[in-house]
Amino acid sequence: MSIQKVSMISAAAILMGTTAFAGCGISNGNVSILGNEFAAIQAVTDGAKACADDGVTVESNLNKDYRELQVAALTANPAQYSAVTTTNAAIVPLLSDNLIRPLDDLIAKHGQHLSKNQLITVDGKVMAIAFMANAQHLFVRDDILEKVGLDAPETYEEVIAAGKAIKDAGLMDHPFATTSQTGWNLGEEFVNMYLGHGGQFFKSGTAEPTVNNEAGVAALNTLKALTELSNPDYLTFDSNAVQASWEAGEIAMAHLWGSRGTGILDDEGSSEDIVSNTSLIASPTVGGGDIPASTLWWDGFAIASNASDEDAEASFVAMLNGISTEVVKANNDAAVWLVEGYEPAPASAGVFATAAGKTKPYPMIPFMGLMHTALGDELTDFLQGKETAEQALADVEASYIAAAKEKGFLN
Amino acid sequence: MSSALDRSPRSVIILSSAFVLLWVAVASFPFIWTLWGSFKVQGDFFSKADWRNALWGTRTLIETGSTFTGAGYDGAWVQEEFWRAAINTLIVVFFTVIISLTFGTLGGYALARSGRKYAFGLLMIALVFRAMPHITLVSGYLLPFFEWNLWGHLPTSIIVLVAINQPFTLWMLHSFFLNIPKDLDESAKVDGCTQFQAFRHVIIPVMWPGVITTGLFSFLLAYNDFAVTSMLLSEENRTMVPAIAGFLGSTLEEGNVMFAVAAVVSATAPLFVLVMFFQRQIVSGLTAGAVKG
Amino acid sequence: MRHKTFFWFILPSLAAMILFIALPLVSVVVQSLHIEHEQVIVVTENCGPFGCTEESSVDTEATAQLRAEQPLGRFAGLSTYFDRGHLATAEIAEAWRNRDGFGGFLSELYNLPFYKALAFTLTYTFLVTPLVILLGLLIALGVNRLPSLLKGPTIFVSLLPMIITPLIGSLILFWMIDAQGVIGKTLQWVFDDPELSLKASPALTWITLMVYGVWSSAPFAFVVFYAGLQTVNSDSLEAAMIDGATRWQQIRYVVIPHLMPLVVFISLIQLMDNFRVFEAIVGFSAQANATSLSYIIYADMRSDLTRFNSAAATSVLTVIGVAILLTPVLLRTWRDFKGKAV
Repeated sequence: MSIQKVSMISAAAILMGTTAFAGCGISNGNVSILGNEFAAIQAVTDGAKACADDGVTVESNLNKDYRELQVAALTANPAQYSAVTTTNAAIVPLLSDNLIRPLDDLIAKHGQHLSKNQLITVDGKVMAIAFMANAQHLFVRDDILEKVGLDAPETYEEVIAAGKAIKDAGLMDHPFATTSQTGWNLGEEFVNMYLGHGGQFFKSGTAEPTVNNEAGVAALNTLKALTELSNPDYLTFDSNAVQASWEAGEIAMAHLWGSRGTGILDDEGSSEDIVSNTSLIASPTVGGGDIPASTLWWDGFAIASNASDEDAEASFVAMLNGISTEVVKANNDAAVWLVEGYEPAPASAGVFATAAGKTKPYPMIPFMGLMHTALGDELTDFLQGKETAEQALADVEASYIAAAKEKGFLN
Repeated sequence: MSSALDRSPRSVIILSSAFVLLWVAVASFPFIWTLWGSFKVQGDFFSKADWRNALWGTRTLIETGSTFTGAGYDGAWVQEEFWRAAINTLIVVFFTVIISLTFGTLGGYALARSGRKYAFGLLMIALVFRAMPHITLVSGYLLPFFEWNLWGHLPTSIIVLVAINQPFTLWMLHSFFLNIPKDLDESAKVDGCTQFQAFRHVIIPVMWPGVITTGLFSFLLAYNDFAVTSMLLSEENRTMVPAIAGFLGSTLEEGNVMFAVAAVVSATAPLFVLVMFFQRQIVSGLTAGAVKG
Repeated sequence: MRHKTFFWFILPSLAAMILFIALPLVSVVVQSLHIEHEQVIVVTENCGPFGCTEESSVDTEATAQLRAEQPLGRFAGLSTYFDRGHLATAEIAEAWRNRDGFGGFLSELYNLPFYKALAFTLTYTFLVTPLVILLGLLIALGVNRLPSLLKGPTIFVSLLPMIITPLIGSLILFWMIDAQGVIGKTLQWVFDDPELSLKASPALTWITLMVYGVWSSAPFAFVVFYAGLQTVNSDSLEAAMIDGATRWQQIRYVVIPHLMPLVVFISLIQLMDNFRVFEAIVGFSAQANATSLSYIIYADMRSDLTRFNSAAATSVLTVIGVAILLTPVLLRTWRDFKGKAV
């Protein structure tokens, strides 16, 4: 969906908000929200802004680089922002530095209507409220698969077989694509594949890495088989590039973020025969595993520790208004909402199917970010054929250990 | 221009004109391509299917009913209110250039006239300062700025840009002042002027060429800055470059790249007018004063 | 100039630099000598929309206490500088002991992130800097000969590569050089190779980045040289003409010596800027094949967990690298300075 449509929808939400919810039942307090620049998050903050009143100010700073700002902004006392939007990865530094507050008492007071699966609890305390979900899943072109006489693949082995069949039939040179850009994207693909193979990143209860094992090698080999079916430029592929290739009809199968579904299924950038033959299905399993090789992500909000209790309460109420059923209904197609009143749209089918397969959530572990960075940087050499899988994984562990020592996770 | 060079043989004239023509083509081709493409839809300008779509507007015709569309401009300027970012940029650039040049002329003049070892030492230290990667500096600012409530405001970014820009400005202006004969201010001082009076009445009138050239680079630095403005400005104070980055989207969220393209093209237009308007001053500025190392 | 007068003249500039560069620089050096305090890890049950899992978490209370005792973290001396992410002395010693010929040792070295980045950074710096100076000089000489009516527009067009913000400039060029893009297709046609992709091979990626670097920096050299050309003494040129000097000899013996100080100035700035090459790498998504020191810093700062200590150490190494690189130029400047001063 284009920004244009969403801002029209969220404008509608403001109108509804101002008529129905002015005040929101808070009398005073200053609410300031830091968050990502998503269309859906814009809608949420617009909903929160409907709470602005004589005694209540609501401001927001939506910036796609919010993660670079959040730690410093919330460490300051008083915190620059009373509320932040966050995800299962972005919340980790906030948790480790004790920058967000437990929400149990606020929920008891204002949030009785929240469903249990919206509550993100750490050690029994609610630290954030989730409102939307996302996951990478498979996009397939039914017409191309039909031409080679195959059903939609359910395992990566079938994806690879289908890709080879399409290539051999001369339909496409590079039938598969995924977000394999060196860095965060490639790291994420390995995380998906490794969890699909049943791998463990760390020795339980410690920060010691355990990726250099059979599951790791198997995951890398699967990734390599997939990249051989991809365009040779695959190490530069981010979501934009994969989406553009899809819309140009150049690929038949893609492992791509669910949040791109709306854009792929709309009438912009692609022709009717491509869109009508696009199916959004569950992420495949791999290596005989029984869970899809993907990770589930949530987006939610948290309240700063270094905000006054009054501001914290006002922020909590305002954010709840931002994720109210009315806002969600007005912006139904902007995201896969975890809020009551959401009507699953066609673009969300893949995320739901992937979640239904008991896919693991992205690990909310304090040192996972370091592992992710190490994976993203060190795996390229293997994919380019410059070193063995074992050597690449050993490099990952060495790089991770250097980082973890410096951050105090290992000695 | 010197008459000597005008009497070159025809072959040299042709060769050098051809070279300039080639350079003009290489320098302007991406821009002309962008200008043309900004009136197309994303599916054409960033076509994976066939680059010629960007020329003919194949998808633009399908999606909008015409081969040209102003949707990018409308989206950036009307819906996303890009003019706010443009105004912020104007403020940031204007003050950064003015303050940089004021500080820089004073400092550069002093460095050029001092001739002592510590002046040279300062120039060296300025170079070390300039070598510091901006991203490290900026992330160091974040916490103190949040603590002291300085974060997010335009003046904070302006002064940071001035400071980051100072080493270059000092070096460049120092070189210009070395080129202005020392006798000028010395004789003023003999006539009873203080150093500052000498600077004000004798040096300022002749320093403009150097200042204009240095100002041009200060302008470009402030105008194009991303590292400082993207991290130190709040959403309502955002300048053009971070706003454009915002149009581009991220891993999970599809952006609207055509808004960014239209914004870039339309942000270049006033520069064109500016350069055309001041071309005499710029060219004569460059003509009158040479940079000397 | 008297000390006091000098001080008042330089004060605003110096104050800005001390506040916003020197103090942060000191803090960066201090942080590069520290690592974070030990984090106390506990296993907790974490729940969310997708069920509950047993995961490691930081025991914030215990950690906060450690943090209060040592706000800067643990003093680590130079250990960050020598770890695998930076100078990697232990890994190099190991690779040297187990070396499999000199080539094998080099490839081991290239496998370490710092040296991989350094290889590209140095190649880039030493190829792009002279090319920028040469191209800038040629453009300046060419533009200088144009009729004055054409000079203004030509100067504007020449500045375009500098005016278009690198963020967008590299994005658009990135699409143009795509295998399906206008430049990519043209190159495939020129080289008669339909599989040619500038993004896939390391060598071509390096060349692309360098071409972009020359393209985007040439205007700077051009403007400075153009300014310098305006003051070439026409009498010297006349004299050279009368002596029967060819055009090339005029340039060689009159123009170039006159521009020499400018060459020093441009090399100084360009060596420094090219050593910090960064935007193009991100813009062209080239990190698979080419990284630079600045890119390493960026990667450290942009992950979910900011590695400020590591970024600080790389920054200090960058500054030292620039200092080493500039030494020859600076020695020359010092001689000039002594020559010119009082």
